[in-house]
Amino acid sequence: MITSLQVIFILIAAATLGAALMVVIARNLVHAALWLIAALFGIAVMYVLLDAGFLAVVQVVIYIGAIAILMIFALMLTRRAVREEGPRYHRGWGWAFLLALAFFAGLSSILAFWPGITTNLRDYLPSADPLKDLGTALVSPDAFVLPFELASVLLLAALVGAIYIAWERKEEVQ
Amino acid sequence: MLNPLQFVSTWLRELLLSWGFSPGWIAVILAVLGVILIGTVLLILDIFLVWVERKVVARFQDRLGPNRLGPFGLFQPVADIIKLLIKEDTTPAGADRFIYNLAPIIALATVLLLWAVIPFAPDLLGSDLNVGVLYLVAVGAISTLGIIMAGYASNNKYALLGALRTVAQMVAYEVPMVITLLVPVILARSMSVSRIVEAQSVWFVVLAPLAALIFLITSIAEIGRTPFDLLEAESEIVAGFHIEYSGMKFGLFYAGELLHALTISALISTLFLGGWRGPWVEQVPLLGLVYLFAKAFFVYFIVMWIKYTLPRIRIDHMLNFNWKFLTPLALAVLLVTAVMDKVLGTLPMWGYVVGMFAANALVAWLALYLSNRYARLARQPVAEPRPVARADVVLSTQGEGRPSHPSPTS
Repeated sequence: MITSLQVIFILIAAATLGAALMVVIARNLVHAALWLIAALFGIAVMYVLLDAGFLAVVQVVIYIGAIAILMIFALMLTRRAVREEGPRYHRGWGWAFLLALAFFAGLSSILAFWPGITTNLRDYLPSADPLKDLGTALVSPDAFVLPFELASVLLLAALVGAIYIAWERKEEVQ
Repeated sequence: MLNPLQFVSTWLRELLLSWGFSPGWIAVILAVLGVILIGTVLLILDIFLVWVERKVVARFQDRLGPNRLGPFGLFQPVADIIKLLIKEDTTPAGADRFIYNLAPIIALATVLLLWAVIPFAPDLLGSDLNVGVLYLVAVGAISTLGIIMAGYASNNKYALLGALRTVAQMVAYEVPMVITLLVPVILARSMSVSRIVEAQSVWFVVLAPLAALIFLITSIAEIGRTPFDLLEAESEIVAGFHIEYSGMKFGLFYAGELLHALTISALISTLFLGGWRGPWVEQVPLLGLVYLFAKAFFVYFIVMWIKYTLPRIRIDHMLNFNWKFLTPLALAVLLVTAVMDKVLGTLPMWGYVVGMFAANALVAWLALYLSNRYARLARQPVAEPRPVARADVVLSTQGEGRPSHPSPTS
């Protein structure tokens, strides 16, 4: 008996894979960017199916709301360049295909021999609010506070750098 | 008292069980039915909104508004829709046809998606996400996409300009909006929207008036209404991103904008005005629906009031206002709220409320004082006397051989 969750998973997985394929095939760059959004959205739905609502929402906010919109914004400013001319595939695409296939086979075999593969998803979920655990772990000193703060310092440095590059120097203008 | 919708869903669940469906499939079927129900009710409400909008703008402009078709002109939107439906559906030459057709659907659908986490009544809500507030941000990000797609696919430079303006505006105003969204989260100790409503024994608009105000301003900017309607400024770029759309495709953009305005009103009522809270809501939970929509329409009236009385903001002022005023202010409000929440946490309820309100008032006064100082500094060079050829100056210096003020060319 096939469950509703499995049907939804198969549909979403097929849609995600199809969209990912279209990202590579599409000749129009804006179309490729929109297919990328569809693929990223499919991954967000996967997170929802795994009961990881926080990851799903963050996926949409960061990858669709920020990165994909930035891509399209950059593409729209260069409208003449959105159509790709010439050969679309790298000469070594066969090797890449083989590598991807080998990677997929390896992952599948690891998962097939993993004893937890037959366990129901509900048995893995913690009873308490996992979001609260994540938040506490990010700021508690015996967990991840150092990497978290380092990441913020890195982002701050990137911000300052971006402002420095974009800064219009008064004396050079005059 | 039993909720009639819950009664129907229980009855349907048992009916489907007796037909031999498994519980998992029944959950899916009921969820789909719920989505269809909420979507349909909102779209019908949207038709009514057209009438409300036209009636209110007419009053602001000292007119009567639609008053011929039906009582108080109530059937006017139906006539409008029939007109939109039988109009010719045009597609501009060189348009990206698939994206062109998809854009209005996305623009309206993302608005409907926002209602999934708004609790209508204590026991009536689409989905109680534990990241509800973040979900609102995520859907807002997708709604930008619909407008970008419309602007790009129309193959029209005005549409493209409108879309570029939209991205600049929406990405910019998202920053203070997300920061102020954290204020109710801090006060309620939860990102779930229904928990935020439950925590509002004192409405958050009293505890965080500045956050509510910033959220209102940034929301109006997000939906691109006057004074932030640069994305469709008629006198500059004709109609902006929807310039090429005709008939019902334009209708979808229009309906999406109206529904979006009601949606942000419902969001403000939910996050800051207590949502479904009101007297006797414990006894009769469905009253919450009435309270929520009463509050939402009150905020909607304020949004319309702003729209029909203020002129359009200039584009550099729009960006300066966001980055130099709203964003620092939102950060200050967030910091003050977080600190004051810890400091006042031990006080009784009235002390906490008064302290929070006073802290907000202090921040507001400081912000206005600082911006006043800054504005004076900015005006100073303009206010200084400048060398101009006034008649008295020229006449009095005629005999001395040279003018007392240097000429502009020197």
